[in-house]
Amino acid sequence: MTQVNRLPGGQIDRSQSCKFTFDGKAYTGHAGDTLASALLANGVRLMGRSFKYHRPRGVLTAGSEEPNALVELRGGARQEPNTRATTVELYDGLLAKSQNRMGSLRFDLLAINDRFSNFLTAGFYYKTFMWPAAFWEKLYEPIIRKAAGLGSLSLKDDPDVYDKGFLHCDLLIIGAGPAGLMAALTAGRAGADVILADEDFVLGGRLNSETLTIGDQSGADWAAEVVAELTTLPNVRIMPRTTVIGAFDHGIYGAVERVSDHLYAPDAGKPRQVLWRIYTQKTILAAGATERPIAFENNDRPGIMLGSAIRSYANRFAVSADKRVAIFTNNDDGHRTAADLHAKGVKISAVVDVRPDVPRSLDYEVLHGEVVNTKGRLGLTFAEVRLADGSMRTLECGALGMSGGWNPNVHMTCHQRGRPIWNDAIAAFVPGAELPPGMVVAGAANGDLSTAGALQGGATAAKRALGLKGRLPKLPETGDASINLKPFWYVEGCSRAWLDQQNDVTVKDVKLSHQEGFRSVEHLKRYTTLGMATDQGKTSNMGGLAIMAELAGKTIPEVGTTIFRPPYTPTAIGVLGGRHRGQEFHPKRLTPSHKWAEEQGAVFVEVGNWLRAQWFPQAGETTWRESVDREVLATRKSVGVCDVTTLGKVDVQGTDAADFLNKIYCNGFAKLAVGKTRYGLMLREDGIAMDDGTAARLAEDHFVVTTTTANALPVYRHMEFVRQCLFPDMDVQLISTTEAWAQYAVAGPNSRKLLSQIVDQDISNDAFPFMACANITICGGLRARLFRISFSGELAYEIAVPTAYGDALIRKIMEAGAQYDVTPYGTEALGVMRIEKGHAAGNELNGTTTALNLGMGRMVSKTKDSIGSKLSEREGLNGEGQLYQVGIKPIDPKDPVPAGGHLMNADGPVDAAHDQGYATSACYSPNLGHAIAIGFLKNGADRMGEQMRLVSPLTGVDVKVEITSAHFIDPEGERLRA
Amino acid sequence: MHDLQPMTALGGDAPQVDTFDHVTITENDGLALASVAARMGHEKTCHTTLKKLLGAVPEPGKAVLHDPEAGFWMGPDQWMIGAPRETHELLADHLKERFGDTASITEQTGAWVCFDVIGPAMPDICERLCAVPIRRMTAGDAQRTMIHQLGCFVIRRDNPEHIRILGPRASAGSLHHALITAAHSVA
Repeated sequence: MTQVNRLPGGQIDRSQSCKFTFDGKAYTGHAGDTLASALLANGVRLMGRSFKYHRPRGVLTAGSEEPNALVELRGGARQEPNTRATTVELYDGLLAKSQNRMGSLRFDLLAINDRFSNFLTAGFYYKTFMWPAAFWEKLYEPIIRKAAGLGSLSLKDDPDVYDKGFLHCDLLIIGAGPAGLMAALTAGRAGADVILADEDFVLGGRLNSETLTIGDQSGADWAAEVVAELTTLPNVRIMPRTTVIGAFDHGIYGAVERVSDHLYAPDAGKPRQVLWRIYTQKTILAAGATERPIAFENNDRPGIMLGSAIRSYANRFAVSADKRVAIFTNNDDGHRTAADLHAKGVKISAVVDVRPDVPRSLDYEVLHGEVVNTKGRLGLTFAEVRLADGSMRTLECGALGMSGGWNPNVHMTCHQRGRPIWNDAIAAFVPGAELPPGMVVAGAANGDLSTAGALQGGATAAKRALGLKGRLPKLPETGDASINLKPFWYVEGCSRAWLDQQNDVTVKDVKLSHQEGFRSVEHLKRYTTLGMATDQGKTSNMGGLAIMAELAGKTIPEVGTTIFRPPYTPTAIGVLGGRHRGQEFHPKRLTPSHKWAEEQGAVFVEVGNWLRAQWFPQAGETTWRESVDREVLATRKSVGVCDVTTLGKVDVQGTDAADFLNKIYCNGFAKLAVGKTRYGLMLREDGIAMDDGTAARLAEDHFVVTTTTANALPVYRHMEFVRQCLFPDMDVQLISTTEAWAQYAVAGPNSRKLLSQIVDQDISNDAFPFMACANITICGGLRARLFRISFSGELAYEIAVPTAYGDALIRKIMEAGAQYDVTPYGTEALGVMRIEKGHAAGNELNGTTTALNLGMGRMVSKTKDSIGSKLSEREGLNGEGQLYQVGIKPIDPKDPVPAGGHLMNADGPVDAAHDQGYATSACYSPNLGHAIAIGFLKNGADRMGEQMRLVSPLTGVDVKVEITSAHFIDPEGERLRA
Repeated sequence: MHDLQPMTALGGDAPQVDTFDHVTITENDGLALASVAARMGHEKTCHTTLKKLLGAVPEPGKAVLHDPEAGFWMGPDQWMIGAPRETHELLADHLKERFGDTASITEQTGAWVCFDVIGPAMPDICERLCAVPIRRMTAGDAQRTMIHQLGCFVIRRDNPEHIRILGPRASAGSLHHALITAAHSVA
């Protein structure tokens, strides 16, 4: 078959042929075609099956409002379901398949659903699948999903990439029809920064689909000329293939640009689509209008289309919908379609007009009446007409154009809860008074359905939006006429007359919904699914509202519309995700020793965005435990090193720095000597522990506060809040230095000997005692910081250098420590050693615990006021029955003591009412040779040595344990002071 | 002199340069950075010192592209000062001497990675990265923004095809990846 319906003329490029396949069959079209126009040119009317009844369907429209002609586009991993054939730009090699069918498109076995349509009415799920309830998920839903639906996913990773981008302008113009182009010309010539976006690949909107003239040229030529001028203006950005999908807060609009959808595959590195966030001062919505169909019996056969679509296919794409075309109209637009087709040599079976004063034609027959039914199994063959005098006529036709009037595309005016208002003159909703800030509406979107009005409206809107002075530019003459519409929504007496062709909603369904009490328009929508398909009811909602209004005895504006929500057209999840997928889902933070750790074969763990070395496996080690046990034992025996850069660091300076720390920590800092470090505990306002860390006093007016890795940001934010809002009169300056310094913990009895080879100062116990800190130099002059603090419980230091030197320092430490068998250790060993030492971490600072629970009740100073100190004294947080941090060890050393297990009395019931506490952190202690845990126990301080049960009914754990001090290793702290 | 060799933020011995037809993305490893925050009650004196140092006090959203020291506004009475690292390795110490007790000075050299994006495609690349109004920015404009979820500063330099991006050093690889990806996108 070779483009049997191709007409002369049009705007396709006949010099470029595009070969494509549909359901495996090869066809040829031209550049400038859409998939739909190319299929029609080749005589293909049947393009899909309907959602529920699997009725044969063809194309209804020529634009993004298409409900029927949905196809699976491309193949393999690039397969994309539910693509509208009316917006798919044809390219050589395009591959398309019909969808939602069992068998071939012509012989769909599930078309049997249509035979049972009496049972499958609105709400049939709710009425039919009531019992047994358990069957819904396992039986009913899978069957229904298989039988009804849309396209299929490839279930493969999308090989293409999507970008996000950001644009700024003075004026965003949505739609490049006559109004949009005129607005862009006016604003562009005035020097404003303009973005002109249109979803089509050719700008001009309806001008490309009509034969009307502007000035002395065709509308399409005028549009091309304007675009050519706009292209020369550096202040105008023209964005074809770009759909503005939503109007969001603060003058922000979302827009999807289809960069590569019209190509066989995106060029290397290029995105398929870009999601733009457009920041604009003003917006002109010139989104045009969508023609309405008319509901009559069997108005969904392939070949039945909107009249404007038939005109688009003929005038723009040089395609006749069929050899014989009939028109059913309630306004003059239908006659325009007939005239255009007749001029191109297409046989007009008749124009059927519901108006009594029908315009006459010498070229074709015009009938006063209604189309009441159609025939044709897989495509239209005949239309039955009831004439005004009651007689019947049968028209032979392969295409039928429906012209029911136009609905302004008000969607974007309503994205911020604005509601449209009714306009009797065009029997349609038009934008209301409440628009998104900065928006002006022009042209058909504003209810002005003439080309002259659109040009005038566009220019006026640009002037108004930009506050331009002076007269409007002289506008070209246009050949325009009013459409003289008589509202007509559906043919009386029909039942299977389709309103929502994508979701298979009929006039009968709307009536049933009303009959069953679903009378709010929002209930109607949900009960019948009218307007809930991917086209959002662009061609169906008004029909439904009109019928509801009639049934309820109301006017259409009294019934009202449902809420319009973004996106305006279906938007791929991929473009919403952009580049943030897979490994790039979030950024990584690498520690200064990362490269070195990779060389050592470290296993990394994600801690927030950080990648930290979890352990460093060595040859012969087969499990992580072997590596971790070795690292712990080696550190406690000699010396180990661990990258602790990830701990939050906040530089606190100012004359009130010490007083500030006195406020944010519950313990005292005002008297901390310069050159000393102190452990600090921060409380929330409600007295619950927030975070812990150290503060080192480097000068009278200078501290460095450390936080836990996880809380680096929240604590910094909290400190800024306290500084700016609670104590704005304090002279304090804060800045994060977490990434400015590479910091390593060097721990173990040989740590001093190791560091003595690196640092330039005396760090003997006398010169640099426990909790000392200082700005020092290392390796002959590099500035550094040294802190004698210990998380492991060993003699330990933390040494920091500017981050650029972090890699060099870890290598230097390893080199200097070789004689002591220095061992790098990761976060697992770090965790084991801190549990052995009984140090609290995130599991203990879990948002429910107090200083008292943590065994630090006495740290909360009574001699000063600090955040949380007062509320920590609440009765409910103190006194008998409070939880205290304890150590937990198994009676049988072979038993585990898992974190999350709950402590129960050795004798007595195991239930929530008798819960005594719980284990928070657990590990295997290679030093002790058995598992250990720390946790919280009621009155724990008084229960040392008590035997209890650690249970976890969910995981089947029931272990006999003994309560001990949480300090399993060196409880007197002799090692760290050595 | 110490014998420790610095590593660039991207993990190399030398800064990485990625050259395309339309843009060059260069890791700038030669910056020393320090923040200056005015002490309460000393704002005027701090401003005076800043003016002497840079020639002007950077206003909100602005940088003063002075040589050798330059600076940009980071927050109320808070600025970032930059200078060539080769000559200003101890920039924070020098600033402390100049500002005395009128400002809190914090070394920031190690906290940031710096990329210079230069070429005719710079605005297109910038539009794929962040929400700054790049085509409206002029030399000396400095904006705080998010690039690939990372808090960054974008500074428009004298060359109209040049922006400087400062981002968190630990995420230099991710930021670099985002820059390179954007460069490919707009090629």
